[in-house]
Amino acid sequence: MVERRKLKKVSLNIPASAEDIAALELGSIVFLSGVVYTAREGVYKRVLEDREQIPANLTAVSNANFHCSPAAAPDGKGGYRIGGVTATASFRFSKWMADWLDLTGTKIVIGKGGMSADDYKTVLAPRGAVYLTTVGYGTGALLGRGVKGVRDVLWLDEMGIAQAMWQFEVENFGPFLVDSDLEGNSLFAEQGELVNQNIEKLYEGLKPPALHRYGETGDRKKEVI
Amino acid sequence: MISNQTIEQAAYEIMGRAAIDIPDDYLSGIKGMVNTEEGDLSAFVLGAMLENYEAATEDRRPMCADTGLPRYYIKVGNEAKFDGGFIGLERALRSATARATHDVPLRPNRVHPLWRTDHNNNCGLNSPEVEWSFEPDADWIDITTVHKGGLFGSDYRMLFPGDGIDGIKRFFLDTLIAFGKRGLACQPAIVGIGLGGSKDICMVLGKQAACLRTVGDKNPDPKVAELEAELKELGNSIGMGAMGFVGSSMVVDCHIECGFTHTGGMPISIHTFCLSSRRATARLHADGTIEHRTDPQWFTPYMRREGIEWSNDASSKKSA
Ligand code: SF4
Repeated sequence: MVERRKLKKVSLNIPASAEDIAALELGSIVFLSGVVYTAREGVYKRVLEDREQIPANLTAVSNANFHCSPAAAPDGKGGYRIGGVTATASFRFSKWMADWLDLTGTKIVIGKGGMSADDYKTVLAPRGAVYLTTVGYGTGALLGRGVKGVRDVLWLDEMGIAQAMWQFEVENFGPFLVDSDLEGNSLFAEQGELVNQNIEKLYEGLKPPALHRYGETGDRKKEVI
Repeated sequence: MISNQTIEQAAYEIMGRAAIDIPDDYLSGIKGMVNTEEGDLSAFVLGAMLENYEAATEDRRPMCADTGLPRYYIKVGNEAKFDGGFIGLERALRSATARATHDVPLRPNRVHPLWRTDHNNNCGLNSPEVEWSFEPDADWIDITTVHKGGLFGSDYRMLFPGDGIDGIKRFFLDTLIAFGKRGLACQPAIVGIGLGGSKDICMVLGKQAACLRTVGDKNPDPKVAELEAELKELGNSIGMGAMGFVGSSMVVDCHIECGFTHTGGMPISIHTFCLSSRRATARLHADGTIEHRTDPQWFTPYMRREGIEWSNDASSKKSA
């Protein structure tokens, strides 16, 4: 077994306080307890573009927005059975984040794959918000275990299971990794830089193909998101 | 005679098994990688995945909430007898998909590409996909389900004979680097490569190579097997591990499947079977018994035949 640095572990209560959030370090492992709500393109469009109201008490109950669609089914008793819980790629929601954070006071954004370093610097950090990424990303069963119940679900009939706004009661919900801090640093970007240093070498001596394609980036250090 | 009800029940049962229980071959592949991974973040991710597989099996809940696209691969023995015919079989597969979606539960992922209509049962236009193959001298039916995840990690390119192995390596690196960053491909993955064929079959072969061959399996053509090993090593030397963090855990295994192609071209496709490499197979015997396994045994010598007549020794006479 190889020697490895041990990562720091943190437990947070939701709603998370400003001090708790300020203390988070890139690459720390986080577990959450309290209420976490889901919102993705369906909810963002409905609220920010079609001007529907968010639940009045949302801000008081939760300041953690999970980019996720659960595997859920009605339990036949008026409630829901939550199977696995897995995040969806967050970079797609970039254009709504500033308005959403302003409207809801959300301070923790959770999802898959992080957002661009630029979003952290100009959107999340200035609003006192950080980004946590799910791990793997397929830790759906572990996350499912952390969900103790459904506190409320909104717009289920209109938008379906995937896009509805779920409020989950969670306990020791995780693991997540801290991807951004209040200075707008990004763990993914830092790691990406390190990986980039090796890339040119991999292509050394490999001749380029005969046919090129339009729309291709020639720069392998660029990301596709 | 295999009854239609047996078919439906088996197809339903493997949907749950695939969603919940990680196949042993993939699990041991990941365990091996945890031991050698030097990147602390990447190693942490792999450790969390191992815990996740255990939690899934213990709680009987899906390992990943993103069901991906559940689909079927059917291999029918040439002597198999089943009631309801092929139409009945296809109906049974749809019914099993819908029931499993509700019962496991699976996420109803299937929607119309434009109208986003969701029947909430993972069935719809051309869904679930059913691919067929046949087996000589057999009276059973093999039903395999694969829940392939991932909006990211697949690609296709027309290369030319002159591009050679260099072209293959470049395309392989291009795709893994692009989709490996931030772990969009949910690596470490079983990477499947389709080489040759017509364009559509090139994609089909690559996907089957990723999803229907187990970790540790080698192509029977020794030169292709060598290339598989070389590409696996190349992928793991990118410097990227799980979630795109610094590390070496990118490719659990690499499988290449070839098809005869246009004399002027060398089409290639690549597919990554993710951290939730979900597959399960049931063999339905003529006497109605059902056997379960996680190795689909899809690429039989018959599948890889080159000649016109089929006999078992003919399969050893390959072009390489
Ligand atoms: S790619 Fe696989 S592990 Fe990742 S979210 Fe999709 S199904 Fe889950």
